[in-house]
Amino acid sequence: MRARVFVTLKPSVFDPQGRTIADALHSLGYAGVEDVRQGKYFELDLATNEAAQARALAAEVADKLLANPVIESYRVEIDG
Amino acid sequence: MKFAIVTFPGSNCDQDAYHAARDVLGEEAEYLWHKDTDLKGADVIVLPGGFAHGDYLRCGAMARFSPIMREVQRFAARGGPVLGICNGFQVLLEAGLLPGAMLRNQSLKFRCEHVHIRVEQIDTPFTAACRKDQVLKIPIAHGEGNYFAEPDVIARLERNRQVVFRYTTPDGEVADAANPNGSAAAIAGLCSEARNVVGLMPHPERACESVLGSADGLVIFESVVQSLKSGGLVARA
Repeated sequence: MRARVFVTLKPSVFDPQGRTIADALHSLGYAGVEDVRQGKYFELDLATNEAAQARALAAEVADKLLANPVIESYRVEIDG
Repeated sequence: MKFAIVTFPGSNCDQDAYHAARDVLGEEAEYLWHKDTDLKGADVIVLPGGFAHGDYLRCGAMARFSPIMREVQRFAARGGPVLGICNGFQVLLEAGLLPGAMLRNQSLKFRCEHVHIRVEQIDTPFTAACRKDQVLKIPIAHGEGNYFAEPDVIARLERNRQVVFRYTTPDGEVADAANPNGSAAAIAGLCSEARNVVGLMPHPERACESVLGSADGLVIFESVVQSLKSGGLVARA
């Protein structure tokens, strides 16, 4: 089963890279893009076919390593 | 007195730290490879600057899985003096030996220049030979040195007097223009609650001889020698 983990800076943390990308889009004329947050994306191939188990495992490794809880939060999606 | 300098794959300031300890200070120094499991009788551990494990995932994130870090953790827990410089500071943060995390510099630029830092606390093994509020001119070289912690954590650090160095003007004044990376509370360096673990972004080992533009960093290394010789610190590997 495949889990997808999205890691981004927490809302309380300023993201200078995201800000710079938003500014670049504005200079390209995309005024409709109000803000950008940059993050990381992980695909995990897991040795289970249980969605609940896969979700729990993905969250555990995100907590332990993929995200730094001081500055980042994450979201897990499981591929059916 | 024996300094042990940990070399991770990707460390690149280990030789500078070794040179400062051995050639400038005249103390014993030895390298520890990250796969070592023995601190070889070290009195002081230095985690040097560089890009440990390529800074994969996050700066310092992979280094805590190196076998030597288990021994460094034990040494720190016994009260042994540990100094993390630049990437070494990032490793200490990721390993949970110091609180907080590093973000990309606010300017998004890699900053490589001399800065001024003010010594806020002199009751740590690495600042014992400093004067309180002494201003040191020391180089930085980093892209991710923008210190972040939640406001309640910053308040706790201030209350416990764990902010050891702050970026300032040459006159020792905190100012936005003197903060090279956007660090919260102009924090350049911290100590642990027990005060024996110190991390800082500037490179004192690159400022130990006047030929390098400043010898202000030497006092950091002299401090730990003085602390150990005066018997204030007892841990030995």
